[in-house]
Amino acid sequence: MQQTTQTIIGQFNPTAVMFFLLFVITTLAITYWAAKRTRTTKDFYAAGRSITGFQNGLALAGDYMSAASFLGIAGLVSTKGYDGLIYSVGWLVGWPIIMFLISEPLRNLGKYTFADVVAYRLKQRPIRAAAAAGSLITVLFYLIAQMVGAGTLIKLMFGLPYEIAIIIVGALMIAYVLFGGMIATTWVQIIKAILLLGGATLLVILTMIQFGFSYGELFNQAEKLYTSKFLEPGGLITNPIDAFSLGLALMFGTAGLPHILMRFYTVPDAKEARKSVFYATGFIGYFYILTVTIGFGAAVLVGQKVIMSIDKGGNMAGPLLAEVLGGNLFLGFLSAVAFATILAVVSGLTLAGASAFSHDLYVGVIRHGVADEKEEVRIAKIATLGLGISAILLGILFKGQNVAFLVGLTFAIAASANFPALFMSIVWKRFTTKGAVASIYTGLFIATILIILSPTVWVDIIHGKEKKVIETQIKDLETQFNQKIEDLKQKGNLTETIISEEKIQFEAKKKELTSQMPKPIFPLKNPGIYSMAASFLIGILVSLMTREKDAEAKFEEEKIRTYMGIGAES
Amino acid sequence: MRKKKGINDILEDDDFKTLSRQKNRISIILTILELILYFGFIALIAFNKPLLSKKISGAITLGIPIAILTIIFSWILTGIYIKWANSNYDVLVKKVKEKIGG
Repeated sequence: MQQTTQTIIGQFNPTAVMFFLLFVITTLAITYWAAKRTRTTKDFYAAGRSITGFQNGLALAGDYMSAASFLGIAGLVSTKGYDGLIYSVGWLVGWPIIMFLISEPLRNLGKYTFADVVAYRLKQRPIRAAAAAGSLITVLFYLIAQMVGAGTLIKLMFGLPYEIAIIIVGALMIAYVLFGGMIATTWVQIIKAILLLGGATLLVILTMIQFGFSYGELFNQAEKLYTSKFLEPGGLITNPIDAFSLGLALMFGTAGLPHILMRFYTVPDAKEARKSVFYATGFIGYFYILTVTIGFGAAVLVGQKVIMSIDKGGNMAGPLLAEVLGGNLFLGFLSAVAFATILAVVSGLTLAGASAFSHDLYVGVIRHGVADEKEEVRIAKIATLGLGISAILLGILFKGQNVAFLVGLTFAIAASANFPALFMSIVWKRFTTKGAVASIYTGLFIATILIILSPTVWVDIIHGKEKKVIETQIKDLETQFNQKIEDLKQKGNLTETIISEEKIQFEAKKKELTSQMPKPIFPLKNPGIYSMAASFLIGILVSLMTREKDAEAKFEEEKIRTYMGIGAES
Repeated sequence: MRKKKGINDILEDDDFKTLSRQKNRISIILTILELILYFGFIALIAFNKPLLSKKISGAITLGIPIAILTIIFSWILTGIYIKWANSNYDVLVKKVKEKIGG
């Protein structure tokens, strides 16, 4: 197999820029077209509810398939093998949950945001304030993670300086959302999803040609290069409770992401809403299977050494594979697709954040639910601008920071603050305003605090320096020990007793050093299991302690709407 | 008052009761199946690594098709729900809507 070390990744790439400009021109033209159709709040937030189930399926997939999942999972598979595959499965399994529990009632009961559903029979102001807090924090954290990733990836692929990349992404995303609202955002999402699925499919076909379209051959060669360990579960899941906790956050977090939930209002009815989940799940599942193939293909055809020399995390596995198989042209195309992917995801997030701000916080809380359409659209646009500029500034501020934990935190908050309140408001008659508010804030605070006290933040970030110092000391100690044994061997006076004495000394020192390692206050990397449980528990307890007769009476009427869509927004 | 009665009529309607009961049941069953599917996979990784590491053909380990099948079955479950909703649920909803004339 060819193991090219020559790559143009990281340099200015005119082909990539050309493809990217083509994408930008097309999407800006669509935005211009959409701007003329964006007058009312229904247009701005929900694309006039004119999107079909199939289109929305693509747009949902577009919202969900971030550059991090495309480049990151391929990279993880190429460097960690089977463990990367395990990770990719976790990202899909939330979708069926959305379909079975959320999609239809959400569409039937709400108007523009998921807070509409929670507030349907409860008191508007406290619910809207809490739900907006949950939405905005989820969106903001996810946005920071995406922006920092965007700057880093674009720098790698296009050779553009980090800050310039962030500003380009920020400016384009503001343009799409500000002028074209949901109509433009949806079509950007659809185009991106088609490009990404098409590009990944082509890359897989080119890869499989090399192996005579035989997965057996691909895996045989992977085994030859990296031993059979590469195709077995390794160290990713060591603590079952942690794995379970991550699984919960991924599953129910997906069903609590505001930018995903918002998409269900762009289709005409509940039937199209559930159809769109079926398509989205198919596209996303197909995409992850492709990504895994790309990861293994890159490990064999590009080689781990080359992949990791370009980027330690393996993020360039996909682009490198494209370069080996399709030359500069394909690399340029795929880089542009990755750029477009980032752009589409941050646009969706910005729109969701702006909606939470204008629809829930401004109209729902500040104006007590009374505001005309024009005013609401204007506030949403101001929020878009504010959010976009904040995203640019935060992206620059967090340059070079380890923000990977923010993605985990986003899902943990979505699963703990947004999902329980949404779910209980749909199914439980006795759910009260106080219960909902308590549930949302509990999920929000517990998820955030536990992440801060967890190994990922408390040890790796807050005490990262101390951890590194001790790690180097342990390494030095090991080298010293090996050196000593080697020396004794040379001198010829090496006996079993000496070795075991030395070893005991070494182990004791190592143990002492290890005990000085900073320890997490909360042992799990993923707080989902506790924060979700707490949110449900508090929501239930507080609801049982309070009583809301109005809300209970309204539940029966709500049931008719939940199940049959009578009176649903059209 | 008339509206209130209308609501109660629908709530007491046998077809409405059937459709809400069926919808709840299938949602719960499919959700539980999805949970078993995914957390079963995670449990296998946590507690039975040797099984997943077993070679089934050449270098391919059993873990690889199991992971891919977890993805595919998740999608099939959404397909089952669609099939059920299109052929049962929508029909009942239409029937109840016709009864109440709207």
